[in-house]
Amino acid sequence: MSTTLKRHFFSGTAVPIEGDDLDTDRIIPARFLKEITFENMGNYLFHDVRFDSQGKPGTHPLNDPAFKDASLMVVGNNFGCGSSREHAPQAIMRYGIQAIIGESFAEIFAGNCKAIGMPAVSATPHDIRLLYQYIYDNPRKKIDLNLTTKTVHFGDHTIAIDLPESRRSVFLEGTWNALELLKSNEKRVQETAKKLPYMTGFA
Amino acid sequence: MSKNTLYDKVWDSHKVTTLPNGQDQLFIGLHLIHEVTTPQAFASLKERGARMAFPHRTFATIDHIIPTLSQQRPFQDNQAELMTEALENNVKQFGIPFFDTSTNKQGIVHVIGPELGLTQPGMTIACGDSHTSTHGAFGSLAFGIGTTEVGQVLETQSLALNRLKVRRIQFNGLLAPGTYAKDVILKIIHILGVKGGIGFAYEFGGDVFDAMSMEERMTVCNMSIEGGARIGYINPDDITFNYLKDKEYAPKGEAFKVAVKHWKSLASGLDARYDDGLTLHTQDLQPMVTWGVNPGQSVGVTQMLPELDSFSKEDKKTAEEAYAYMKFNPGMSLVGHPIDVVFIGSCTNSRLSDLREAATVMAKGKVAPHVKAIVVPGSQQIKKQAEAEGLADIFKAAGAEWREAGCSMCLAMNPDKLIGDQLCASTSNRNFMGRQGSPTGRTLLMSPAMAAFAAIQGEIGDVREVIG
Repeated sequence: MSTTLKRHFFSGTAVPIEGDDLDTDRIIPARFLKEITFENMGNYLFHDVRFDSQGKPGTHPLNDPAFKDASLMVVGNNFGCGSSREHAPQAIMRYGIQAIIGESFAEIFAGNCKAIGMPAVSATPHDIRLLYQYIYDNPRKKIDLNLTTKTVHFGDHTIAIDLPESRRSVFLEGTWNALELLKSNEKRVQETAKKLPYMTGFA
Repeated sequence: MSKNTLYDKVWDSHKVTTLPNGQDQLFIGLHLIHEVTTPQAFASLKERGARMAFPHRTFATIDHIIPTLSQQRPFQDNQAELMTEALENNVKQFGIPFFDTSTNKQGIVHVIGPELGLTQPGMTIACGDSHTSTHGAFGSLAFGIGTTEVGQVLETQSLALNRLKVRRIQFNGLLAPGTYAKDVILKIIHILGVKGGIGFAYEFGGDVFDAMSMEERMTVCNMSIEGGARIGYINPDDITFNYLKDKEYAPKGEAFKVAVKHWKSLASGLDARYDDGLTLHTQDLQPMVTWGVNPGQSVGVTQMLPELDSFSKEDKKTAEEAYAYMKFNPGMSLVGHPIDVVFIGSCTNSRLSDLREAATVMAKGKVAPHVKAIVVPGSQQIKKQAEAEGLADIFKAAGAEWREAGCSMCLAMNPDKLIGDQLCASTSNRNFMGRQGSPTGRTLLMSPAMAAFAAIQGEIGDVREVIG
């Protein structure tokens, strides 16, 4: 597999997006899904909580110059709940974020993150709180996310992260896009299909 | 680990192989697509000159972006027109059956799949839409996927997936008049929470689900994802088989008999083992109404809104935000609270039985003068049936708008939207901030009967006053 697809170490400043159950409609309101490419999605990230009806920026971490150019995002519990729209992780990635560290993630959202090569990793509520505080105190300091050691390092702290092994290994090996792997089993797919009664009309 | 459940049987029969990372490659028996989450996937296929593996196992419709007032082409919204054209070109190029408005079979993807008999027990079903869990009502494993995964299904008819745990949700008792499938699922989400289902498939069983029609079962499974469970299902039984008999894509004659025998064998065994379980009873079940910004924040209609101290530390902050956004206060009652808009529709509650329940209530009055009420059938076929049996006339006579089929005001991708901080009594599935198209719009989720009652009262009320 291509070495450029291997993703095991991320180092950069982070933006804290506090709050639980931040749903995909909040991450990207549905009206922006009318575009037929993902190209502009980064511009719409958290749009309706970042800007008022006149388009004037309000108080939101993404509008705060202190967190400008962040490449990591720190979030709360059940982040990305709601719709299956890949536009949500696409918006985050195209905004410039390379990995998300949070308390927990909704199932479909986490799968979409994996599919586009952006790890979404979990840490305990205590450690996430610690991380938020560190970022507020040191917004320009870098944070290291290491998938090999399953840790996040910041200041004097090293915290453990949780990421299912099936997800971690594909980032380490560069096989997070499963397409080629799935395709390589084409014959077996055909064989599986043949054994299913509905595929032959229950004849 | 679960054993001998329907989930295990269907998973095992569709498993292609175990992948190096430990995930299973699963064959996808039915792939449903719509305009919003597919253009990027098709673009990638075309860019690489790739082909579809099983073009006859993908079916398309248009639902999210289609206007419900006039569906005349070109659509007034240029983006909607372009997105529709993209789908039209893609289905044409790849030879995918497309239920557009000219077929009279167009509708919300989760309404037409079952209606056409495409959805069948024992299938794996994927669609780029989280409410794909709806199809679990038939005893299939149905789940939402992202656009990259849509591309993988188009090209390989398979996906790399982690096996979920299975939680059995047993609901016993009878549904009292005025309480419906919507109340059942809102109650379950209230109890287990919006993240309680992460990592689980929900198997719904017991008296309540046994007695339900397929349409009611679809309402329940539809909202599994709102409780965090990507999959929700009900074991197939005679109600399932009777529903499917004579449906367009269902097996016919001898094949149907063979199919029924096979479908019966898929139900969870008496010796099935589950990873988790929960038993509930209908005795205290009231018509449910959400008051907050996630579907777990709900009360029985006669209950007072919860005090902040009643929440755990982690839920308290979300509740505070919800109260501020909704402009409600702890301790208040929603009964008697005026509403601005009523939306009856969506993949949760736009089927014929939903419209009948709503019409029964709406026939008892007129839509309050300050209320805008829209009724949006889930499909062209439902629209036709509802008109034939006089439901449309009841809605129109009451002063509600009777629309064309589509997702409408559930998600604000079409002209049907809230304005400002309007408060909407809605039969849809999400009360997220801004969900219905205005960044400050407010949504109260409830059953079709409750929404219809809100329309004629002009305020939230307890529909049991007029039902039963």
